Amino acid sequence: MKRIFACLMLLSAMVISPLSQAKEATLMAADPVLEKRVMALAHELRCLVCQNQSLGDSHSEFAIDMRTEIRDQMRLGKSDDQVNEFMVERYGDFILFNPPMKSTTILLWYGAPILLVIAFGVLFLNLRSRQKNVKTMPLSDEERKRAEALLSDK
Amino acid sequence: MVRYLKYLTPLAVFLGMVWFLGKGLYLNPTDVPSPLVGKPAPVFSVADLRNPEVQFASEQMKGKVWVLNVWASWCRPCRDEHPLFVDLGRKNIVPIVGLNYKDQRGDALQWLRSLGDPYYASVYDGDGKVGMDYGVYGVPETYVIDQQGIIRYKHTGPVTAKSLEEKVVKLVKELQG
Repeated sequence: MKRIFACLMLLSAMVISPLSQAKEATLMAADPVLEKRVMALAHELRCLVCQNQSLGDSHSEFAIDMRTEIRDQMRLGKSDDQVNEFMVERYGDFILFNPPMKSTTILLWYGAPILLVIAFGVLFLNLRSRQKNVKTMPLSDEERKRAEALLSDK
Repeated sequence: MVRYLKYLTPLAVFLGMVWFLGKGLYLNPTDVPSPLVGKPAPVFSVADLRNPEVQFASEQMKGKVWVLNVWASWCRPCRDEHPLFVDLGRKNIVPIVGLNYKDQRGDALQWLRSLGDPYYASVYDGDGKVGMDYGVYGVPETYVIDQQGIIRYKHTGPVTAKSLEEKVVKLVKELQG
């Protein structure tokens, strides 16, 4: 009985999920320009349920609903920025894959370059102090002679 | 001492990194900070769950501290937290408004009949529009809203006895003064 139930679940999942995609495919055919805009924006927004996917990639119900919302708003004539703003007001900056520059995100934007500068600074200081430690040792007369002999041998 | 510094610095840096990464393991990635905390709660007017012809407006709650609990009958974690709300409802500390999110009325009513109804008002958000205004992305979610209609706290996911007591009830009592 359990197995039959599991089979039915799987079967329904197989039937239902392509159906929802098919619905978006027909929308694509109806208005390819709008649909392109919807998908372009959806790829910039994080799916909060499946966090490492964008709203454009995900097939979760949340992502499908959000795409519908984006589509509805665009149909009403809202610009990409206005839709973005709508999402940020509700879900916060976390929904943006491209975080804005703010006091709380400065470390995120500049942390890596700052570390790079520090690393170069340390490297520079190290090389300089090493140079100081290397003493110039003049050759003695005997060593000079040996060196000359070795070189002229050629 | 200076001699040891050469060895201790990398060790200290290493331990610092271990601490940061280790702490990261215990963070909850689904706990997304809501931009709505500290802002006015989105105003809504939707149909009552039991009587579709009766409208419930969030403005009716003005002047009161109240709790908004977003739930659905298809949501398994809602079932886990529900007894806690039934308990809280019985204590009569704070009015709890239940927002039934993307659900079927029949299923929702059946659910309340069998598990208990702690709600001061039950409202129906079938298409999830109110949920979207509140930035709901996973049910259950719980909000504490103050007398001025400002969202003071948001809890994502099922509450536990501890989080309900220490965060929600404590805050409600503070707000009530």
